[in-house]
Amino acid sequence: MRTGIAELASKLRKREISAVELTKTYINNIEKLNPTLNAYVHLTFDIALKTAEQADQMLKEDDAPLLCGIPMALKDNICTDGLPTTCCSKILDGFKPYYDATVWEKLRAQGAILLGKTNMDEFAMGSTSETSCYGAPLNPINTAYVTGGSSGGSAAVVCADLAVYSLGSDTGGSIRQPASFCGVVGLKPTYGAVSRYGLIAYGSSLDQIGPLTTSVKDAAIVFDAIKGCDKRDQTSVDHDYGVSLAEYLDRDVKGMRIGVAEEFFDGINPEIKSQIMEAIALFEKNGAIIENIRLPALKIALPVYYIIACAEASSNLGRYDGIRYGHRASSYTSIEDMIVKTRSEGFGDEVKRRIMLGTYVLSSGYYDAYYKKACLIREEINREFDAVFEKCDVLIAPTAPNTAFPLNYKGASPVEIYLSDICTVPVNIAGIPAISIPCGEDSKGLPIGMQIIGRKFDEPTVLQMANFYEQNSGIKAGVYEGGARA
Amino acid sequence: MNYEIVCGIETHVELATKTKIFCGCTTEFGGEPNTHCCPVCTGQPGSLPILNQKVVEYAIKAGLALNCKINTKSHMDRKNYVYPDLPKAYQISQYDEPLCEKGYIELDSGKRIGITRIHIEEDAGKLIHDKGHTYIDYNRSGVPLIEIVSEPDISSAEEAREFAEKLQLTMRYISISDCKMQEGSMRCDVNLSLRKPGDPNFGVRTETKNINSLSFIQKAVMAEAERQADILDAGGTIVQQTMRYDEGTNSVTPMRDKENSDDYRYFPDPDILRFCIDDEKVEEIRASLPELPFDKLKRYINVLGLSEATARQIIKYKKVAEFFEGALAEGASVKNAANLIVGTIFSNMDTEEEKELFDIRISASQFAALVKLADEKKINIGVAQSTLQKMLESGKSVDEFIKPEDLVGISDEELESLCKEAIDANPKAVADIRGGKDKAINMLFGYIMKKTGGKADIRKAEALLRKLMG
Repeated sequence: MRTGIAELASKLRKREISAVELTKTYINNIEKLNPTLNAYVHLTFDIALKTAEQADQMLKEDDAPLLCGIPMALKDNICTDGLPTTCCSKILDGFKPYYDATVWEKLRAQGAILLGKTNMDEFAMGSTSETSCYGAPLNPINTAYVTGGSSGGSAAVVCADLAVYSLGSDTGGSIRQPASFCGVVGLKPTYGAVSRYGLIAYGSSLDQIGPLTTSVKDAAIVFDAIKGCDKRDQTSVDHDYGVSLAEYLDRDVKGMRIGVAEEFFDGINPEIKSQIMEAIALFEKNGAIIENIRLPALKIALPVYYIIACAEASSNLGRYDGIRYGHRASSYTSIEDMIVKTRSEGFGDEVKRRIMLGTYVLSSGYYDAYYKKACLIREEINREFDAVFEKCDVLIAPTAPNTAFPLNYKGASPVEIYLSDICTVPVNIAGIPAISIPCGEDSKGLPIGMQIIGRKFDEPTVLQMANFYEQNSGIKAGVYEGGARA
Repeated sequence: MNYEIVCGIETHVELATKTKIFCGCTTEFGGEPNTHCCPVCTGQPGSLPILNQKVVEYAIKAGLALNCKINTKSHMDRKNYVYPDLPKAYQISQYDEPLCEKGYIELDSGKRIGITRIHIEEDAGKLIHDKGHTYIDYNRSGVPLIEIVSEPDISSAEEAREFAEKLQLTMRYISISDCKMQEGSMRCDVNLSLRKPGDPNFGVRTETKNINSLSFIQKAVMAEAERQADILDAGGTIVQQTMRYDEGTNSVTPMRDKENSDDYRYFPDPDILRFCIDDEKVEEIRASLPELPFDKLKRYINVLGLSEATARQIIKYKKVAEFFEGALAEGASVKNAANLIVGTIFSNMDTEEEKELFDIRISASQFAALVKLADEKKINIGVAQSTLQKMLESGKSVDEFIKPEDLVGISDEELESLCKEAIDANPKAVADIRGGKDKAINMLFGYIMKKTGGKADIRKAEALLRKLMG
């Protein structure tokens, strides 16, 4: 198992290694592997080394923050002052915000070292990271396969040890599914737990930033550092978790009630199903109570998700018109022509598909039949989850119905790829937290992810259950050999 | 043919909050282009709006002043359309849950013009066209607005003007906006259609924009009604479209449409939480409302005994009414205070704007001190007027111009003996008066005024003179 954040922090404090040395190790590893993996799309080594020097100064103080001097990565849709933030879209080519996202502001203040921005599906729309305008990142476990998406780069850099941890964003599974494909830990926090300020919006009512790490404990540490109410994000919530999250990790699972809904297992790859069932059996053996529950509305969660996310996206992406920032068409005859050409050139097919879908479902005459109905079903899904959480502390489900797709896998239609989000989207619709942790591998050696879903703002229980499994199953993240910490 | 005008007015009022509706940028008018901006009001990727609670409060104030029902639950919607002055490609507005609904404005005739709704929204930026280039200034982007939508209850150009005037005055009284039509802090769009008298159905309507004064509202309604009547008389049909009023030619012409389609794809803005307004808050705001202009008018006429004409002149400007009431509070009499304001002070002000601004150099209490001298007949009204003029010019108090010794009143006995003196000293004038040349009495007035330094009560003197001359 790799050295965790807490251990690295302790080594940095004991001067066993300096932040500059640690950063250089990561830079070397990135220079070696990134040309193949394409996990980073913008590298920030100069700034990383400068901040590492500052971190070494900070580390001389007793009260240096835990994440001080630890090299990390941000998904390319998280705004970084003066550094490229492009959502891996041609339309934001060259865009450098003049403000930091709240999460980055918090981490920067702790002395975090940013190595670069990670590859992703264009505007976070996709499940393979192949819609990136920079080309797909490759799965470090097996480079013939995708990383998953949309936070594919963020999962790959953690998997290949090109960063100690990374941040991703999750609108319909975009942290958990790539975490599952790359065999790492990915936490999607409760909607409102982490500020969205500076996260370039895809589906505003679903988007949430969260960590990707190689252990549950690291996920807890990073989540702890980025969570909290933000006066710049009205949807962020001032929730008091009581004690620090890491303290919850080692609680016993005895008597914990685990819900298992058959709807989550419909059409799931049997290899995945059997791994998850084995995991559930491990919990049961250790005193957890298994409840078989039903969540009938899950069957229609996928269309609900695609309607709501695309509706919001169609509005959120209207601003990319070439007037103020990013790509602008080079020749045009009028302002209308400029906007049309800029958008036609700047957006990829998947983004265009979702903008059209979203525009359609919000159009007068269709609004009631699609958008409004989707919102009503969303309420029904929430009610079902509320009812289930009366009886259960957490739910366990697969993260994805399949392991990583081969690269360039087209499927029968875009819908087949959309189906790979089936286990993750209900969580975003309900705004509840969920984690994906490694749960063995399939016969091809590709990682399988298990999802643990909790009540709103009950990340402590989610992390506790995940940590128990990690500690007791013998299955660890960071399968990739040859990383910086190997 | 005769037609009946069916008209409703949509008014955008810029709220005078210090900061914008969704960020902390200043709302100050003007400024170098793009200096009152931040990531939020220029719609930078990743930025998020935070609803300014003052905006909600101001809108509730407007709703209460216009007799509306305040919706306790409300939310913001996105109105999606593409235009370079709209940096997010959507305007955050309110669609199906406006803050205020179902109010009215009562015209002098007693007729009520219904207020359908009042909602809050953000303003857009401004395009500046110069030498073939177009520039965008986002200083105004995110400035809070309320949109006040009237029912189509207006049936004449005069009513349209009166409605807008009353609306403007009310908004100014509750201090939520300066409502300057020239600067665009109040913008009226006129929706108008014609129908044959008695026809229960509405005709096709047009929307006329770019009206930037109250008198242009009246003119625009007349011009558009005439234009439509001419078309209908010639057997044509009215096209539903957006028109532009040209004040130079006093005509209404079709405007190039901003949007290609009218489908704004409204949906609730997921970035802003639904909000609730509790009754307590509404009552608190209601209690904070000042006396509204037309309640004031009634009180001035019925309680203070002012003539309607004078009362209207005073209530028309909030600052004037405040100054007047300030003087009354200091003990000035209603009649003298009102007459000196409307007579002397207003004569120094040529424009409506000056009266609205009411930027004068003396305070209400300085003014009251002068009025009281006139009230106590220590000075006559002519002296009061000329002294007030000197005070207005210098900003100095009354005692700078009238010495205490000047204020010793002229007793009736003194006045009578002075009158006798005047008659004796001006035999020719007396003869002229007796011969029917009444104007000659001015000679006697002049004598008395000169002797008393202008302090004599001229009406009393006249009565005495006439008595003495028989």
